Amino acid sequence: MIATTVVVAVGIWLAAWGLNEYLVRVKTRSRQSARAVNLAVPALFGITLLILWELLTRGLHVPEIILPAPSVILATGLGALPILYADFQQTVLKSVLAGYTIGCSSGLAVALLIDRSPFLKKGLLPLGNFVSALPIVGIAPIAVMWFGFDWPSKAAVIVVMTFFPMLVNTQAGLAAAGHMERDLMRTYAASWWQSMVKLRLPAAWPFIFNALKINSTLAMIGAIVAEFFGAPVYGMGFRISTEMGRMNTAMVWAEIVVAAIVGSIFYGMIALIERRVTFWHPSVRGGQA
Amino acid sequence: MEKPGLLRESAFPIVVVILVVVIFWYAAALLMNHGAALDSLKLKGIETTPLQGWLLSLALERPLLPAPHQIAVEMWNTTAQLSVTSKRSLVYHAWVTLSATLVGFGLGTALGVLLAIGIVHNRAMDKSLMPWIIASQTIPILAVAPMLIVVLNAVGISGLLPKALISTYLSFFPVVVGMVKGLRSPETIQFDLMHTYFASSSQIFWKLRWPASVPFLFASLKVAVAIALIGAIVGELPTGAVAGLGARLLSGSYYGQTIQIWSALFMAAFLAGGLVLIVGLVEKLVARTMGAKPERMAA
Repeated sequence: MIATTVVVAVGIWLAAWGLNEYLVRVKTRSRQSARAVNLAVPALFGITLLILWELLTRGLHVPEIILPAPSVILATGLGALPILYADFQQTVLKSVLAGYTIGCSSGLAVALLIDRSPFLKKGLLPLGNFVSALPIVGIAPIAVMWFGFDWPSKAAVIVVMTFFPMLVNTQAGLAAAGHMERDLMRTYAASWWQSMVKLRLPAAWPFIFNALKINSTLAMIGAIVAEFFGAPVYGMGFRISTEMGRMNTAMVWAEIVVAAIVGSIFYGMIALIERRVTFWHPSVRGGQA
Repeated sequence: MEKPGLLRESAFPIVVVILVVVIFWYAAALLMNHGAALDSLKLKGIETTPLQGWLLSLALERPLLPAPHQIAVEMWNTTAQLSVTSKRSLVYHAWVTLSATLVGFGLGTALGVLLAIGIVHNRAMDKSLMPWIIASQTIPILAVAPMLIVVLNAVGISGLLPKALISTYLSFFPVVVGMVKGLRSPETIQFDLMHTYFASSSQIFWKLRWPASVPFLFASLKVAVAIALIGAIVGELPTGAVAGLGARLLSGSYYGQTIQIWSALFMAAFLAGGLVLIVGLVEKLVARTMGAKPERMAA
């Protein structure tokens, strides 16, 4: 039984790999079929992984506590939709959105404020770079102590986590406009605000969006990890740690699937907006995100 | 971004900003702890002058916000005053975290480089893996940490390895992305030149692709080492606070030992700064032995 499972798994793996090797070598003329191949290859890879996962967990009788099969995870998730939604509401709609908005906008605002002072720039930027590398999630227990168990403490952690990447990236973006263009603005006698709005902010958008993307992942991580330190009776991080304590692995996986979907949608939305705003940028014009 | 020459020039503003932060910190500590200080004095029934109340708010045992000197004293006591093998020594806990970080960072780097080499040389791997690798980063992967720890514990693997695996997972991504970019960074004319030399695929790799990718590698390594440390700290949370900086944070939050939390945080900050600094130094050393011009190193 076990031997057949392994043989079948290896067979499926090799077949899928062979198919992919064939697919990437297919010479297509139309752009549409080229795009279809580009979608089909990773999709095939993902589906193969899922099939192997299902097959191996069932065939090898892996205990559900260690690794539940995808079908079990799906069934558990569908059976607990109200709980998953309540967790989503608590973690994403309250903590993440509030913290992300406050953190990113204040990072942007401070970057604009210190732009006119070279002294503050020199003092704050190296610090910002340094702080960006720090394990800021560690302030979660302090935030819980100060702001209580509910969402404000998670939002506070997210604010601190997202502030510095935003500050550093915006500052780099504001420095991105070329000398020629700035000189041109000067010949127009443009004020600081005019050159900011018409030249430097547009030039900074790619950097700002880069920070927004980094921060979308950081915000989710911040909210979930902060809930490990204490939360009301719902929330994604809370659910993960308590269900793990009850050895209910399938529920944990379901929660992780939700987190993955939410994280991807969050990221995807920002990437979409970015393509609209920075349509002129080479990376967008070239058709690559 | 910051050129080394600017570093000296910018030392003064940095010092000023840090000083301002410290002053604000003291002010905040005074205001936030004052109520608790007055309460504790009232409990003991001691009649005091207002000055004593303010002074006590900087010397509480479990303040809402410990003053910087309290953290400094705690750090001194737990690092220099205790033997490094003591369970209360911060050096011991830092070492526990650091070793997991380094193992994870090493594994993650090796895995990342290998994957990048495969992706660059095999189109099927490129097309099928890259989208998933990028998608995997939009997932808050630290959420998996507690499960991984508990599951590996159930299988009988505990201690350093589960934490290191989380660090591995977190740190391999920047390395893959950076290395794929780096291995593809040589220009077409350079590849053409290698073709005119009739260079084999492995010769192209060792003589062109690999050297060209080194700057990209180090840029990714700086990100990877910082994120590996985060992975190790978070990996220590669900094990029930046995050892390590994450455990110090957790037990500190259970017992309201704010000074302990802050000193663990500062230790983590020093570790992160030190690790990034070391990677930067190695980068400079490697660049010099590879014959890079000084001004290109700064770029």
